[in-house]
Amino acid sequence: MSIFANEETRVVVQGLTGGQGRFHGLRNRAYGTRVVAGVTPGKGGQDVEGIPVYDTVAEAVRATGANASFVSVPPRFAPDAILEAARAEIPLVVCITEGIPAHDEARVFATLRSQHPGTRLLGPNCPGIISPGKTNIGITAGEIALPGGPVGIVSRSGTLTYQALYELKQLGIGVTTCVGIGGDPVPGTNFVDCLLEFEADPETEAIAMFGEIGGTEEEKAAELIAEAVTKPVVAYIAGVTAPPGKKMGHAGAIISGSKGTAQAKMEALSAAGAHVVQNPTEAGRKMAEILASR
Amino acid sequence: MDLFEYQGKQYFARYGIPVSAGGVADTVEEAVAAAEAAGYPVVVKAQVQVGGRGKAGGVKLAADAAEVRLHAADIIGLDIKGHVVRRLWVEHATDIAEEYYASFTLDRGAKAHLAMVSARGGVEIETVADEDPEAISRLHVDPATGFDERQARELVERAGLPEVAREGVVEVLEKLYRCYEEGDADLVEINPLVLTPDGRVHALDAKVTLDDNAAFRHPEWDAFRDIDELDERERLARSKGLQYVGLDGTVGIIANGAGLAMSTCDVVNQVGGSPANFLDIGGGANAEVMANALEVINSDPLVRSIFINIFGGITRGEEVAKGIVAALERVDIGSPMVVRLDGTNAEEGREILLGVDPGRLVSRPTMLEAAREAVALAGGARR
Repeated sequence: MSIFANEETRVVVQGLTGGQGRFHGLRNRAYGTRVVAGVTPGKGGQDVEGIPVYDTVAEAVRATGANASFVSVPPRFAPDAILEAARAEIPLVVCITEGIPAHDEARVFATLRSQHPGTRLLGPNCPGIISPGKTNIGITAGEIALPGGPVGIVSRSGTLTYQALYELKQLGIGVTTCVGIGGDPVPGTNFVDCLLEFEADPETEAIAMFGEIGGTEEEKAAELIAEAVTKPVVAYIAGVTAPPGKKMGHAGAIISGSKGTAQAKMEALSAAGAHVVQNPTEAGRKMAEILASR
Repeated sequence: MDLFEYQGKQYFARYGIPVSAGGVADTVEEAVAAAEAAGYPVVVKAQVQVGGRGKAGGVKLAADAAEVRLHAADIIGLDIKGHVVRRLWVEHATDIAEEYYASFTLDRGAKAHLAMVSARGGVEIETVADEDPEAISRLHVDPATGFDERQARELVERAGLPEVAREGVVEVLEKLYRCYEEGDADLVEINPLVLTPDGRVHALDAKVTLDDNAAFRHPEWDAFRDIDELDERERLARSKGLQYVGLDGTVGIIANGAGLAMSTCDVVNQVGGSPANFLDIGGGANAEVMANALEVINSDPLVRSIFINIFGGITRGEEVAKGIVAALERVDIGSPMVVRLDGTNAEEGREILLGVDPGRLVSRPTMLEAAREAVALAGGARR
């Protein structure tokens, strides 16, 4: 099994006629993802290599039964695009857009929480989600992931997500689902959400978690691991050498005062029983060790 | 972007928050002119983005032009915890009856805005939070519905502010929220927010951090970029559109993706080296971007070796390799390079790099091996 998205998932790409949307939308389709529609206001009636384009998400849903959206539009339009998908009752919205103002993200999240509880937002500023062999929504290169499980991956960073998939593939370890939750201050989906899903998924036997400095989501994940996660968790945190007060590329990766340090996160995860490792390669090795000892 | 106090006050003034009359000065004569315009007595304040200015001698009261000259001359060029003072803010001195604290920021854990008010202003709020957390009244603000007068009153009452200050503080809080929300700030903080003996409420300091992602809708922010605290390397990187943070080690770092770039710094540290910088070239690295990145690293006199760590996802290995080769033709690199290429088309990429003089560039198959090599080339691991 997989979490959040599988071979049945029908994807509408918001921004399919744009450069990025077209590139990744077609790449996702080539991977095997059911890309059923595109949306670009004013371009309804056109098609992108056979994928029909609609003016609104609601129309796309009516015409194609889309049940997931891939949002690939510029930062100033992305908040409205996400909310449009939510109003069309799309249950999963994956937003890869980088550079959305924090206040817009906070407003979108609050609106989803109060008015559209049935919609899960993944991202913004995330690489997307891949259930290897089944579906790939976003910008991950599908070929670096080995299908079949038994590992679930959740990560804040794009390239570290790829690194994680790659390390496991090198060791012949497959993945049920790999979720990139994104590096922004207000992600729609957190570590905790993914850990709960992986815990409930019968095909996921172990979880790899890649965090980074900033915020307190890794600490919350640690609390959940201690209380409710029975499956082994291998955890890696990037940013041990990051100085306080500087954003390390991601808007969300910043140590403010004594809060959000890699050290504090590693200690919390370790105390919760997670296997904390020092670098991505070690994460792969540790996972192989755990799976071999079952 | 962190604003200096004087910029923060200018930003506050746009939203009607009361601040003192004052002016900016880069020289002693400008300081005197600003003081004459503001009216004596004045306070001469060093503009640096670091706490503890007062204790370091960066804030002085002056009763007349002679005193302004004396203090301005002392403060300009003063080194406050590594920050050299280049600019002063000279403002009319305010009589203080009481000092409070007010701020808005994003509480990431709660995914909501957090308003904080305290009757204990004028000291570090972290200290108050540690010693007497009850002294800070907090309220979460729903980002979808916003902040209103009722919430402002609740905060002020819970903080136990005296009756005489309440109306004024409520008004400041409403304006401060507008400054935070419409002004796209990550943080707005007034400490101290003062009550004057004649009952006025007034912002005596300003701490504002703007959200760089919102710059597209704030052309007025350009004015804040005329002076900043970036070092030379960071300035050069910004002009080339690179995500760069200067550190103080000897191994220059280039990676694709923020997470991988951070991880690369960590691994260099783990094997006994010290990263000179964090540099994320993003996805789809081409020759242009690679050349720019190498140029920035090359401008750092401390750098002894360069570690290029690329994981090809969408970025293809042979494109990265071609980029490095092209960059070498454009930029004269003073330090040896170690490249680790993995992922999509890594083999083809490494093949291309074999054509480069091994005295200038070597490839290593994994992040750890590459880190060790780069550290060795930089003079070896620390003991």
